[in-house]
This record gives sequence, C-alpha cells and structure tokens, in this order.
Amino acid sequence: MARTLYQKIWDDHLVQTLDDGTGLLYIDRHLVHEVTSPQAFEGLRLAGRPVWRADANLAVPDHNVPTTDRAAGIADPISRTQVDTLDRNAREFALPYFPMADQRQGIVHVIGPEQGATLPGMTVVCGDSHTSTHGAFGALAFGIGTSEVEHVLATQCLLQQPAKTMRIWVEGALDAGLTAKDLALAIIGEIGTAGGTGYVIEFAGPAVQALSMEGRMTLCNMTIEAGARAGMVAVDDTTIDYVRGRPFAPTDAHWEAAKAWWRTLHSDEGASFDREVRLDAAQIRPQVTWGTSPEMVAAVDAAVPDPAQAGDPVKAQGMRRALEYMGLAAGQAISDIAVDKVFIGSCTNSRIEDLREAAAVVRGRHVAASVKLAMVVPGSGLVKAQAEAEGLDAIFRAAGFEWREPGCSMCLAMNADRLEPGERCASTSNRNFEGRQGQGGRTHLLSPAMAAAAGITGHLVDFRTLPSVA
Amino acid sequence: MQAFRVHSGVVLPMDRANVDTDAIIPKQYLKSVRRTGFGPYAFDDWRYLDAGDLDTPVDSRRPNPDFELNDARYAGASILLARRNFGCGSSREHAVWALADQGFRCVIAPSFADIFFNNCFKNGVLPIVLEEETIDELFAFAAGGAELTVDLEQQQIHVGERQIDFRVDPARRERLLAGLDDIGQTLQLRAQIQDFEARRRREKPWLFGARA
Repeated sequence: MARTLYQKIWDDHLVQTLDDGTGLLYIDRHLVHEVTSPQAFEGLRLAGRPVWRADANLAVPDHNVPTTDRAAGIADPISRTQVDTLDRNAREFALPYFPMADQRQGIVHVIGPEQGATLPGMTVVCGDSHTSTHGAFGALAFGIGTSEVEHVLATQCLLQQPAKTMRIWVEGALDAGLTAKDLALAIIGEIGTAGGTGYVIEFAGPAVQALSMEGRMTLCNMTIEAGARAGMVAVDDTTIDYVRGRPFAPTDAHWEAAKAWWRTLHSDEGASFDREVRLDAAQIRPQVTWGTSPEMVAAVDAAVPDPAQAGDPVKAQGMRRALEYMGLAAGQAISDIAVDKVFIGSCTNSRIEDLREAAAVVRGRHVAASVKLAMVVPGSGLVKAQAEAEGLDAIFRAAGFEWREPGCSMCLAMNADRLEPGERCASTSNRNFEGRQGQGGRTHLLSPAMAAAAGITGHLVDFRTLPSVA
Repeated sequence: MQAFRVHSGVVLPMDRANVDTDAIIPKQYLKSVRRTGFGPYAFDDWRYLDAGDLDTPVDSRRPNPDFELNDARYAGASILLARRNFGCGSSREHAVWALADQGFRCVIAPSFADIFFNNCFKNGVLPIVLEEETIDELFAFAAGGAELTVDLEQQQIHVGERQIDFRVDPARRERLLAGLDDIGQTLQLRAQIQDFEARRRREKPWLFGARA
C-alpha cells in the first residue's frame, strides 16, 4: 500500500502498539537544552532511574547564554544557575555535550543539523517546540514537554497517538529575493495558527524542492506556528549533499547503506493525505506580521487590516486587541511603520545563508539614525566562524550592526537581549506574541533581507525597492 | 501524578482566543530549575501592572484590577474556560505547571494546541474540547461567578441541572483516572524496547555512537 513519508517513519520506529492504539515509538536523537531539562533530570534522580542511552542525546545551552563577551561568564545569577545545572546533569549522566565555551555551541536546532546529529529517517525530539525544524531532513521531529523529556531519557521511547497528515504543495517558483520565511508566513496566513493542529505537515512541490536545506529548515521550523507539531520534506540530492561529511554522519560502507535507505524517504505515488493544500509561490510577496499571532500577516505593500472586515467575532476581537497592543491603526500602510530595533537571528533564520542574504542588503549602506539597536546573532559558533571567513561580520559592523555570540537571544529574551516596553522590532524570529521579546515589546516577523532593509531605512520596507548603492 | 476523577469548582471565563504559553508563563520564570512555585506568575503580564521576575516578592506586585483572574467573583477558580487554540506556541510544560500551581484542574476550550494538550495529561490537568456553541453557553453561564462539576468517569460536565457530554481519548482517560506514571508503565516493556534497539543497531549501526 502506498504510504506517506510520515507513515514510513512511524512504521520504522514502532516498538509496539499498545492495546488502546497508542504507539510506543523509538527515539533516535534527543536534543537537550538548559530550560526544559532540569526538572526531567531531577525526576530521574528522585526515581533512581538511569539514562537509557546516553549517546542518543546531544546537550547544549542556548536560551540563557549571553551574546556579548563571554569571558566573564553569565552575569544573571539565575541564568547562570540554569546553565550550570545543565553542565552538571550532562556530566553526571554522561551525555554528549557542547558547553558554552565550545566553538560548536549554538542554538540546538542549528547545531543538530550542522553536526549531522540530525539525519534523514530519524525520530528527533527536544523539549522545544521548534524541533519541527529537523523535519527538513525527512525526519520525524517534534517538540515535547519536560515530562516527555524525562520519558525519553529513561526509556528512549515516547507514547504517541498517530497524527493526521496534511500535504502542502507549493507550485511555481518564488520571486527572486523571496525566501522560505516569506513562504512560511504566507502559509500560516493561509491556514491559520491552528490550521495544522493534530496534523503532521509534509511540504512538497517545485517551490519546496527548489529550497536549500537552510530554507527547508526555516519552513519546517515555522510549522509549529501553524499549529502542527511536525513539518517534513522528502529526502533528495539537496538533503544528501548537505549531510555528507558532517561529524556525526555515517561514512564509507555505512554511508552507502544509509543513502540507499534515505532514498526511500518520500511519500509514495498515490499515498493519501487527510488534507491537501495548494499554493502558488509566484503569488507570494514579501511578508511581514502586523499583529500578535503569526497568522496576523500581510504583504509589505499592503495595509494593516480592519477588524470590522473580519466577519468572525472571536477573530475580530483578537485583531482589535492586537492592534491596540501593537500601537497600530487599521488602514495604515505597513511600509509606514517605523522600527526601533532589528534582530537577525533565532532558530528560524540564523544560518549562514540567512546571514548572507542580510549582508547582501546591508553591504555599502548604513543603519538609519532612528534605529537604536541592530544586531546579528549567528546560530552557532561555527556559523559565526564561517560568516567571519566570508567577511560578513565586517559588512554588518561597517553598517552599524552589532555582531554577537551565538544563542537564542532576543527571539525570546531570556538573556539580556530584549525590547523595552513599547519598542518596535523587525525580527527574523518566529513568534510575535505579546511580550515575547520583552514585556510590552512589539514584534514584526520577516525575512533576513527584509529585517536588514528595515534597519537601513528605519521602517518596514520591501528590500527590493532600496535605491542602489553608489 | 494526581488522579482526576470528579472535580467541582468555580469557573474562570477568559474570553480570548490563541492564549499562548508565553502569556501563560513568561520567559523570565523559565529560569527556575524547579517544577513547583509557578502559580503566582500564571498570566504574569496580564495579571500585574508592574514587571516582575523570580526575585520580585509577589506581595510587592500591583495586581491589574481589569484582569479576570483578579476579579473577586472568580476567587479560587479551578476550572478555566477559554477560546480556541489555547496553549499555542512554546512547548514549555511550565505553562501547565503554572496553571496547576495556581489551582486549575481543568481547562475547557473549543480547541487546544497539541503540545500543551499533551502536557496537561502528564500533570493531572484535564483539557476538555467542546463545540464553539457550547463554549458560548458556558461563557454566559460562568459570567459573574458560577460553579460546575466535571466528571471524567462519566465524561460529563454538570452545569446546574444540565449535563454536557465530552470525550477524552480512552488511553489518556485511564491514565488520568488512575494518576499513572507513564515512565513506569513504559519500562514494563523494557524487553521489547531492548529487542527493537538491538535490531536497529544491527540494521542501521550509523544511528548509534556519539562522537561529540
């Protein structure tokens, strides 16, 4: 029978189906960070349980780490305690670990793929909703809560109900300069933030196949913002070329055997999905969010929508609250919105390709005087080193951007990087919720090139309309 | 885990859609390495007029009188009533810990985000999905302060004289009724997991062994 990619991976990891229909799934890779793991390790200690398979894990601190000089350690004692706790737990339970000082340290969803710790066909979990990122490799990857983190550590398995399947087919090609971020936001605008609830989404079609691995990761990363725990893309040459030679990737005879299996990781011809959605990439314009939910999104050349036109009263009420919080009025041109800060980074958009796209816009220009802070936070120490080898840091610095150390940073403001009340930010991150980037802060989600352009002009703008550099 | 069988309590109506887990428990409290004590910070940005963090004494904070949770008519509420897509966003289980620590045993909404929904069952909190129309009726009922009874054994909500049926996945219902620990249950299948793992190691050896 024709199977979907999701069904293939499910079948390959099914240890047992319990009497009630719940599946016990084997987990190949468990990524661990400092925020959602301490209570899980404590639970193991209290119950006297060992870690089932230490080598299936990879631990790294990312949420709390400072992005400024790290020589002095972490200033905030509570943040420091959390990172110290991860250090201690990783040592005690002998987990593979990249501490803060390791050059391979970075955002957990950047370093997994970068190291080849994320491989096609794997089940990948982490106590973090953006684990959906790893589905870009034809893996089944999803975020879990801390109780499940403990469950994986103790049993190498998870209890799962089978999900419904959705295929989002993207026809055509994105306009030059448009990215996976624009595509992801357009999809969320189309199906809504709860559109994917209960589903695993497979992204397919020519516009998806044309994406690089970085682009596919951005797209799958944002799947959770559409409500789906997991997003996936079938394996092809792009996937295999990316994985080849990574430190954790198979070599020699194992490589050939792995590759043969990976080639089967796609939905079969005629496989049926519970829901199919089709989009035309050519219709997509650069996307920017205007509200406090990722589905509150519009093209940069559009106007802020009017709640009175929403129809649905619950939706209209949400829009009114959002406009009030964001300090915006219906009908206002999006390109008239001025920003105070610019953040280029996060597990959505901090990979080398993202930094190249932003640097291409920034090159030869300067941050607007009205912008208080424009910062670039690479996704990992290795991304940072690569960018520096390409001279991207020099381009950013010359333009007035700050060039920082890797981590989650202002995506969720657990470290010192945050918005002050009322400040408005052009951000390449994934969530524009109230207070996400700092209490009272206002977030506009967009692509790296669009964030860079907002930094240069001081307002939201279609980066393609910037006057050329003399 | 605390079992859930029958629970009666005051309903807190929170007339908002897309209540995300950042709103339920803001990031500054995620720095705690404990599982308890998050109750006073539930809905922190909405609940207080001033900013706070783990070091701020709770009694020094200024409550927002316009926020439902601070309304005396809903004092001691243990059942939360909300709109669609409750618990969206971050996977932080701290959101459920905060609700439970605040005293909520049950959340009723037209839909929930998957990860939050799942986390509830690990902590003895019952999430109930009902039709939008029924939710509208419950909002009308709960306005001003009212009590209802949630019976998980019968899968019924008692609202005055009226009964509302709901459905919970049978496996999850069983575990919640018994207050069972998932890990202990899974470890009863230790031999099956070991067999599966041994076969996987033979067939796909490259998935084993870390080189960090």
